[in-house]
Amino acid sequence: MADQNTKTRGKVNLVGLTKGDYRGKPTTLCQGCGHNSISSQIIAASYELDLKPESIVKFSGIGCSSKSPAYFLGRSFGFNGLHGRMPSLATGAMFGNHHLEAIGVSGDGDTASIGMGQFKHIIRRNLPFVYVVENNGVYGLTKGQFSATAESGLTLKGHGTNMYMPVDIAWEAVVGNATFVARSFAGDPKQVKELLKAALSHQGIAILDIISPCVTFNNTDESMHSYAWGRNHEVALHELSYVPPMEDIIVDYAEGEMIDVTMHDGSTVVLKKLEHDYDPTSRSGAIALLEEANRKNWLITGLIYIDTEQPSLFDIYNLTDVPLNRLKEHQMRPPPESIDQVNALMF
Amino acid sequence: MSAVQVKNSLESAVELGSVVNDFSITVGTANGSGSQTSNITLLRALFKMGIPVSGKNLFPSNIQGLPTWYTIRVSKDGFLARREEQEIVVAMNPDSFSQDLADVLPGGVFLYADDIKIPINRDDIVVYPMPVNQLVKGADAPSSLKNYVANMVYVGILAQLLGIDYDKIYQALNFHFKGKQKPIDLNFGVVQAAADWAGKNLEKQDPYRVEAMDKTRELIMSDGNTAAALGSIYGGVNFAAWYPITPATSLVEALEEYVAMLRKDPETGKNTYAIIQAEDELAAIGMAIGAGWSGLRAMTSTSGPGLSLMTEYAGLAYYSEVPVVVWDIQRVGPSTGLPTRTSQGDISMVYFLGHGDTQNVILLPGSVNECFEFGWQSFDLAEKLQWPIYVLSDLDIGMNQWMAKPFEYPDQPMDRGKVLWEADLEELSGQWARYKDVDGDGIPYRTVPGNQHPASAWFGRGTGHDENAVYTEDAGEYERNMARLSRKFDTARNLVPKPVIDNMEDADVGIIAFGSTEPAVQEARHHLAKAGLKTDFLRLRAIPFTDEVTEFIYAHEKSYVVEMNRNGQLHQLLSLEYASVCAKLTSIAHLDGLPMTASWIENRIMQEEDKK
Ligand SMILES: Cc1ncc(C[n+]2csc(CCOP(=O)(O)OP(=O)(O)O)c2C)c(N)n1
Ligand code: SF4
Ligand SMILES: [Mg+2]
Repeated sequence: MADQNTKTRGKVNLVGLTKGDYRGKPTTLCQGCGHNSISSQIIAASYELDLKPESIVKFSGIGCSSKSPAYFLGRSFGFNGLHGRMPSLATGAMFGNHHLEAIGVSGDGDTASIGMGQFKHIIRRNLPFVYVVENNGVYGLTKGQFSATAESGLTLKGHGTNMYMPVDIAWEAVVGNATFVARSFAGDPKQVKELLKAALSHQGIAILDIISPCVTFNNTDESMHSYAWGRNHEVALHELSYVPPMEDIIVDYAEGEMIDVTMHDGSTVVLKKLEHDYDPTSRSGAIALLEEANRKNWLITGLIYIDTEQPSLFDIYNLTDVPLNRLKEHQMRPPPESIDQVNALMF
Repeated sequence: MSAVQVKNSLESAVELGSVVNDFSITVGTANGSGSQTSNITLLRALFKMGIPVSGKNLFPSNIQGLPTWYTIRVSKDGFLARREEQEIVVAMNPDSFSQDLADVLPGGVFLYADDIKIPINRDDIVVYPMPVNQLVKGADAPSSLKNYVANMVYVGILAQLLGIDYDKIYQALNFHFKGKQKPIDLNFGVVQAAADWAGKNLEKQDPYRVEAMDKTRELIMSDGNTAAALGSIYGGVNFAAWYPITPATSLVEALEEYVAMLRKDPETGKNTYAIIQAEDELAAIGMAIGAGWSGLRAMTSTSGPGLSLMTEYAGLAYYSEVPVVVWDIQRVGPSTGLPTRTSQGDISMVYFLGHGDTQNVILLPGSVNECFEFGWQSFDLAEKLQWPIYVLSDLDIGMNQWMAKPFEYPDQPMDRGKVLWEADLEELSGQWARYKDVDGDGIPYRTVPGNQHPASAWFGRGTGHDENAVYTEDAGEYERNMARLSRKFDTARNLVPKPVIDNMEDADVGIIAFGSTEPAVQEARHHLAKAGLKTDFLRLRAIPFTDEVTEFIYAHEKSYVVEMNRNGQLHQLLSLEYASVCAKLTSIAHLDGLPMTASWIENRIMQEEDKK
């Protein structure tokens, strides 16, 4: 019976689900949009990590990017909220059941323009939350205006030349004390997936700045948010592979060539150094790296910074094990006799 | 100083000590000088003597230095609205001295700190100088506290002159300092020294005194914000997010104080709630709405400027149907306006808060007790209706101490509304639709995150959606959904608290009011009736308007709508709803930042009646 099922439904993972069980509605984004390939990797990562879709909650703000949660994890709860205000919505919602996983998708406009304040504050609070920024340097949904991440001097048809300095989302995240900061490129599905898996295992905020070209409004070769530029300028920090906690961690790389990062849930991220002897646990190292990359016009990808020691928001709040949204009346309303005690406290 | 210079050529029209338990006292001090302890001690001592009393803090938006007043009304008949007229004025602040002096009613009493050397140019009042510095010097207080305890001097002198019970003053100090002996002794020592001095040096020349009664024995004293916080705790609040703003701040501060005591899991000691101070009101409401969406009893509290920041989320919650409770402790706008003054100026904004077609459900507590009741009832309503519930209190109810009945334990079990869990979905074989009106009341069913049934999930959105919460721009779907929301608003009509109606036999006119103006309205009605104008009174407690409101308006040839704002906002909303009979409604609206007085209402109504 089970075999038959597997045959007709395709290969199942450890929770008995096929990859199809992780899909969402068909996308309505432009063909070739970088956001679509990120959706596919969210599906793949969740499937490969054997997460139950019912135990993942999705969030987004407003934009083309923010539409995408409708196109993955159709069996997960989700909320497509307000422009720039995804972090607050997610923060409150995750108190409903703090055992669930949370993934949010935002855009560069949604995060670095209108949402800069909430972006910074969700980082401060270290909510366990995979925060994906699908960064295309423009406002896709409102037809191609410059966003705050557009590089200075970039000229786009119909919008002139951007005169202002760009916001570097990864740098903002590191400076803002994020406990997990990574950058990737939508055209590198393997790296995107591995980073997503690592982020999902991180017990705190995980910022993923993923360059995700807008093929309709910002795909000129000079733009760092285009496919051509991305491919030519990408410098991968590490070759990354993610090892789930239920498997034995076997590493056979030569000493000195790699750093293991053990996640809170016991899983391990193995980073294989390519060009640099890079230590992602050093904040000053991360800042220096980003400075250097900006100077040299590199697109640094990989895990830029990680800190597994900081308590998460839920470590701080000391909540009951029973999710707050499953508490019963007698756990929420103080007992009748307490009212006399309260009245006695009044004058 | 031994002899007291009483500038007094008063023709003793009133006998000494003949006015008992029926006068107002105002104390003028400098903000930040620590007078609050003294004022509240006076208030509490009078309350414990069994005399009906109210106290209102009339303070500026300032931490230190600007003039501030506290006004106490003592009323054997239980009329506790603020009065313009002041029989007794205490002047501690040179900056407001002249104004304070001018404010004393003829025949009234003026006490002042005798280091203020401003000439006193009135001979129609009794004047008592107070050697504040001298008495404080004698006190055994560290120099850092001298200014602070200086205010206890007028407590002692007033106690001596009026006959306030010293035991009750001691009780009040004991309560205020939570039993800490050192500050109690220090303050009470000054009170006693001042009283001794007054007994030896002041010859009583005024008619005012107090006498113990038995009218407060069953009562407690509290402020509305504390009551709202406690009510929310008994309503099972799981989540509160907020951003500091006067006069709403003390609500969450009280929540933090009491929730820790009342809401730890008895076995594990773990929390059944979370409170977050957000980075602004955009985030505060966003968090609360996220929490409400995920099945928590969630709330926020704010005031006008914060509410305007919450508008976009308010629209989202209305349209995506998320339960959340929003307390608005109203203060004077527009803009920062008079941020420490009371108002009823947000009712129009809140009713329409959002964009497109929104209509919001509003509760209007009129007392400390109703702040408690609406504290828990608002969660039931929010979850039953799957909508934000806005509770409009104001600075006067929220921040001042009021006599109140002891808080009553909720008489209804919690109503969590239409939530489907795994077993429910199993029974339905997973067949359900988030926005389907199954029961004809406009209220759909919902599921919340964490539900493990494979058919439980849905995608919340502020964009157009069909019954399954799937994106659509279909014209018919849009209109059907909006019509359902209208139907839901009509359902709310039958769920919200009904108005309180107080009729007189053969009344000539009706009065409609809400919130903190009730004491002033009731006193005005008493006086109007004596003058020959009988009134019926409807105190509105919620929007949408219930049948009782309709009946009241139709039953009266004329109704006055009394409120504390310039535009007559409730009058406008009633006129919209009852357009065909709106000529029956006359607006009596007034806002100067001070709590409403009975005399203002009486005068305005008499002016209108004279026009007839
Ligand atoms: C409060 C508010 N202001 C403006 C808009 C209009 N708006 C919709 S999407 C968008 C920009 C989205 O840009 P980005 O976040 O970069 O997403 P992208 O479409 O590029 O993926 C704007 C300005 C809005 N929806 N809400
Ligand atoms: S406009 Fe750009 S960002 Fe939007 S869907 Fe099309 S390619 Fe993607
Ligand atoms: Mg963009």
